[in-house]
Amino acid sequence: MKSLMPRQAALLSIILTLMLSFSCSEDPEAVPQSGEVTLVFDHVVGNFPLSLEDLEYTNANGDGFRVSKFQYYISNLVFRKADGTEYHQPESYYLVDESIPSSKLVSVKDVPPGDYSGLSFTIGVDSARNVAGAQTGALDPANGMFWSWNTGYVFLKLEGTSPQSKNGGLVFHTGGFQAPHNSLRTVSLPFLAGQKLRVEASRTPRVSLSADVLRLFQGVNTIRFSELSSTMGGANSVKVADNYTRMFTVGHMRE
Amino acid sequence: MSLSSFRLGRRYVLLCAALGIAACGSEQDITPAESPSFPAGFPEPIYSYRNNPVTEEGFELGRALFYDPILSKDGSVSCGSCHRQEAAFADPGSPVTQGVGGKEGSRNTPALANLRWSRAFFWDGGGNHLELVPLAPITNPLEMGENLSSVIRKLNRDPEYVQAFRKAFQHRDTVNSQQLFRALAQFMGELVSAGSPYDQFQNGKAEALTPEQKKGLVVFKGKCGTCHQPGLFTDHSFRNNGLDADTPQDTGRHLVTESPTDVGRFKVPSLRNVALTSPYMHDGRFGTLQQVLEHYDTGVRRSATLDPALDGPTPGIQLSQAEKRQLLAFLQSLTDQSFIGNKRFAAPRP
Ligand code: HEC
Ligand code: HEC
Repeated sequence: MKSLMPRQAALLSIILTLMLSFSCSEDPEAVPQSGEVTLVFDHVVGNFPLSLEDLEYTNANGDGFRVSKFQYYISNLVFRKADGTEYHQPESYYLVDESIPSSKLVSVKDVPPGDYSGLSFTIGVDSARNVAGAQTGALDPANGMFWSWNTGYVFLKLEGTSPQSKNGGLVFHTGGFQAPHNSLRTVSLPFLAGQKLRVEASRTPRVSLSADVLRLFQGVNTIRFSELSSTMGGANSVKVADNYTRMFTVGHMRE
Repeated sequence: MSLSSFRLGRRYVLLCAALGIAACGSEQDITPAESPSFPAGFPEPIYSYRNNPVTEEGFELGRALFYDPILSKDGSVSCGSCHRQEAAFADPGSPVTQGVGGKEGSRNTPALANLRWSRAFFWDGGGNHLELVPLAPITNPLEMGENLSSVIRKLNRDPEYVQAFRKAFQHRDTVNSQQLFRALAQFMGELVSAGSPYDQFQNGKAEALTPEQKKGLVVFKGKCGTCHQPGLFTDHSFRNNGLDADTPQDTGRHLVTESPTDVGRFKVPSLRNVALTSPYMHDGRFGTLQQVLEHYDTGVRRSATLDPALDGPTPGIQLSQAEKRQLLAFLQSLTDQSFIGNKRFAAPRP
């Protein structure tokens, strides 16, 4: 059985090649080639750039805080055209980490050509991959974004300090993919009025996406560090998740 | 050579070895349908091996890893230090764990068997996948105290392991955590216990159980079987069997769900090989099965989440002296000598 496999595969590929070349010769227009898009993630705290170097910021409640770690998962990128058709990137999982510059440049290959009007993605890792066992790449638990005692990915980590926190520390780890403690959030971002993202083989447009750390702590639930300075999934994680739905904005697009 | 199923592979390899057949280089004439991959009477396994087909090399690698303290921070603790084969992979005599540096944990080491049929792991069910279970002991500071990237670095520095991983997973690359987890899952998955006198009795060998044990089986089915369902001897649910009246320090299932109705609930453990796995319960509070029966008979405490099956005018399960004797005899019949004596599950010779 095993020894037949290569032969069958070879045959199949010959047939496929023949079929393809036929369909090409019948169709005068060659299939347009897909393109590449680079997403540029940029982290800010209100009007300031995020720094992990001891800058003090102030949240909506007036609490001071410093940030030492900021990481999150982005999954299942979708590019949407004006006519409503969508491109869903397969195997779409990225770990963005403020301390690793290369992680903030996400290059998305094989996007079908066309004019796109917006994109969406999930903050976190979809439930399917949370129950699928050992994964690799961005989803490798060795990246440190995984809970072993309550199996599942950590979707976002913000760590730091605040004088208002009871123990001085801030540890916001969100995660959990099951009701009632589901911290997965999908964000849908239309590009700025009238702007189109043109994808074609000859260019690599860049879309800048800005994440505002302040919005983790305001919006739906105002977070006071004196009351809440640590989450590890569960109900408190959902409070932060409800806020991070509005964390991202799309900025400019460049060639 | 990649084999599509381990049982297939194992028999096949044995056959080849025994007969020395040259034509064994091809698998063509073996039909998988003939080799059921699990014992009669067991349901379909949850962990199917679909993404992780068992091979001789993968199993042996998993076995080597299971017994290798390289997975711990200071090279002092292996999986096998806590999960001991002679005790059906529980930790005989230790109520709670001892990890690196002699640090004490808070829970009792459960026996390991028939793990492919479990949907949730640990006493509170916090683990949702067999492959990822090892991450918990490896990274728990009270158990192996290591971090995963460091384990992977150590394995990649060891030429013998790199070689073994390449063979088991058919690649020329570096070792990654998925391969570590899958090798361990192959070893753990093969730890099937279904050869006890109880099983022989079920398979038609009437004399496999003593008359006392047969009476015990009847009592067991009537009084214990809803939770410890014969077959796997668990119904995989989480229940409060009345160990504590007040909110215990270890709130069990509640730690996972945060639901108040889950306080004090723990996974119903399988009772296979239970005579070998003392001490008992999630915190190892009972040293003997006699004490366990006394607990069910007279020790069950009321609380908001006590299981309805154990609640009533007098909580618990009333047991006569005769019934206790019969139950004790029956529980002995769940001891599977072919399991604890299986050399394939023992620490490999260095
Ligand atoms: C220090 C002792 C210790 C070590 C070392 C250890 N374990 Fe465990 N193991 C435990 C305890 C205790 C539990 C139960 C944990 C809980 O409920 O929170 C457990 C649970 C398990 C379970 C779940 C069983 C079930 O039915 O729920 C599996 C599987 C397991 N361990 C495999 C392993 C493997 C593989 C290793 C090595 C990587 C390992 N263990 C290392 C003590 C240990
Ligand atoms: C309402 C469900 C339920 C019933 C009925 C029940 N048990 Fe249990 N049993 C459990 C749960 C849950 C545990 C684990 C409790 C814990 O550790 O917190 C357990 C634990 C045990 C243990 C300890 C196993 C180990 O590995 O530590 C033994 C032995 C046991 N039961 C025997 C029995 C016997 C014998 C009966 C019948 C007289 C019985 N059980 C009836 C739910 C039940």
